[in-house]
Amino acid sequence: MASLLDRRLVLVTGKGGVGRTTIAAALGVLAARRGKRTVVCEVAEQERLAALFGIAGVGHEERELAPGLHAVSVQPERAKEEWLQYQLKSETLAGVLGGSRLFQYLTAAAPGLSELVTIGKVWDLAQLERRTGGSVFDLTIVDSPPTGHGLAMLRAPATYATVARVGPISRQARIIDAFLRDHGSTGVLVVALPEEMPVNETIEFERRLADELTMVVDRVVVNGMYPQRFSGAEARRLRSLDGRGSPAASAALRAALAEHERARGQRSQLRRLRRHVEAPVTTLPYLFEPQLGRPQVERLANELERRL
Amino acid sequence: MIANWLERKEVCICAGSGGVGKTTTSAAIALGMAARGKKVAVLTIDPARRLANSLGLPELGNEERRVEVDVDGELWAMMLDAKRTWDELVEWHAPDERTRDAVLGNRVYQELSNAVAGSQEYMAMEKLHELHQEGRYDLLVLDTPPTRNALDFLDAPRRLSEFIDSRSLQLFTAPGRLGLKVLGRGTSLVFSLMRRATGIDLLEDLGEFFRSFGGMTDGIRERAVLVNALLADSRTAFVLVTSPGHDAVEEAVYFHHRLMDAGLPFAGVVANRVHSADGPSDPAELAELLGEPLARKVQRTYEEERGLAQRDSENLAELGRRLGRKPMIEVPHLHDDVHDLDGLRQMDAYLFG
Repeated sequence: MASLLDRRLVLVTGKGGVGRTTIAAALGVLAARRGKRTVVCEVAEQERLAALFGIAGVGHEERELAPGLHAVSVQPERAKEEWLQYQLKSETLAGVLGGSRLFQYLTAAAPGLSELVTIGKVWDLAQLERRTGGSVFDLTIVDSPPTGHGLAMLRAPATYATVARVGPISRQARIIDAFLRDHGSTGVLVVALPEEMPVNETIEFERRLADELTMVVDRVVVNGMYPQRFSGAEARRLRSLDGRGSPAASAALRAALAEHERARGQRSQLRRLRRHVEAPVTTLPYLFEPQLGRPQVERLANELERRL
Repeated sequence: MIANWLERKEVCICAGSGGVGKTTTSAAIALGMAARGKKVAVLTIDPARRLANSLGLPELGNEERRVEVDVDGELWAMMLDAKRTWDELVEWHAPDERTRDAVLGNRVYQELSNAVAGSQEYMAMEKLHELHQEGRYDLLVLDTPPTRNALDFLDAPRRLSEFIDSRSLQLFTAPGRLGLKVLGRGTSLVFSLMRRATGIDLLEDLGEFFRSFGGMTDGIRERAVLVNALLADSRTAFVLVTSPGHDAVEEAVYFHHRLMDAGLPFAGVVANRVHSADGPSDPAELAELLGEPLARKVQRTYEEERGLAQRDSENLAELGRRLGRKPMIEVPHLHDDVHDLDGLRQMDAYLFG
């Protein structure tokens, strides 16, 4: 994990619903504690980070959430404008082109361009010299789209480099692609749950990342591990008492046994994951709070810190 | 209960945000209807093989495959290959061989056809429409793509039509006026800026792509109209899948609004992984039953479970209120996560009970 925080860019991905945003935020909190000027970046126009930190919205401009911790939510339209300004080295000319209907039609229709300018913006955030003239961050953490879409976004620069062959788009795309594939610059963290399908998807993602982009997963974080509270003997004891006592007592016994079974199922999935992925695996506990907010993010950051 | 929702229906579309059990629910509905004598096909576009996994198949392809289960009806499954479906669409709509080869051979098409906004989602529905036309199944169940935004697929036909109708496509397709040559040697400020910003090569390839695509726009547009009509047909049912978590409920509410706005036939909500619990337990009673240390652990586990049960019941009550009391099926948080035929049968009791 320490080396992960020493990269310029960390991509956090995983199947839908596994807690990517929460982990990206916890990683951001941890990095900021270690004195790194950090930005956590959302790309799906969802503003989940804002909800987690209890603020109205983040938007396309970097906003400070806590000392050293910033957030940004990339808007493809704005990213496109920035890219044009850089490309034409003139705000006026960019305005002329960006405002022309022909260009608007063309870019709206050009497949994959939105992914390209989005990953371009992410790349820019991670640079020591920002092309947009923005302030420099030590670490950029991206809350990437779910695994399938995430892969498409990562592939966009390589695809455009191939399609465009020569010219400025091709050149830019090659630079971004090289940065993403440079292991010293870019790290990949996959979030999973200890369940059949998220485990399968994580194994599959690692394989495809290697095959299609020659990139490696640096770490898998398994979220939502139930505590292992009961020994085998205790579970047998609970089972033998099933049906005894008041309805509430009997419901309590059933709940305890159900959680014991789930915890066992989770551990067997975790073992399977460990057998099939190359990347080191870190676990995080299930949080029983009904709603996650900043205190829970801080707590997960503590847990990540302890598990280094 | 699901059986009532799907009475006289020929298409069931399962929609919802990521991680709520959409694929599993689709498979369980398909299996349950097959068990009740129907010939059912379940379609997914998910490349992560989740559907194949839960049906116990090693893999699925772009053709339907029969699932070996002992049911009164038949269960078939397929995993859509969006690129393959695009190719079929081009082959189908190209006015002549020359156009077909020009599109299929174009580099922009080859690399990027899957990246056309909404195309994965559109292709899922295109295939749905095709299978429905063929009429070989009593019921088609669609597991909608794991989109970044659960709503993308509703917009897909519109977005594809917009793409086809877009001025850029028309510019490139109107021969002799603003064709490629003009773009390449264009002297106007916009054209020269565009060349500087994108590079001429890309412009030429895009131009060629748009131009060759132009010959097929009418056919594809007509098709999009038919696909839209199928979605709104009274023989179609939308099932909204959710979990009781706060974010999933918010998305479900939003999604439901969109379905209503679009006048699409909504059947009901399936809420997965719902926690439930009884009243508070008496620590003294547990201590007497179990002894002090074990009783404390059981008590604590039960209190946590009760907390989650309360959250779930509040969130689902809120969902019910905001949806205007639409039919809702709750599937409890099962001991093991559902990922095989046995698990699907376990869900059956709740979905069809």
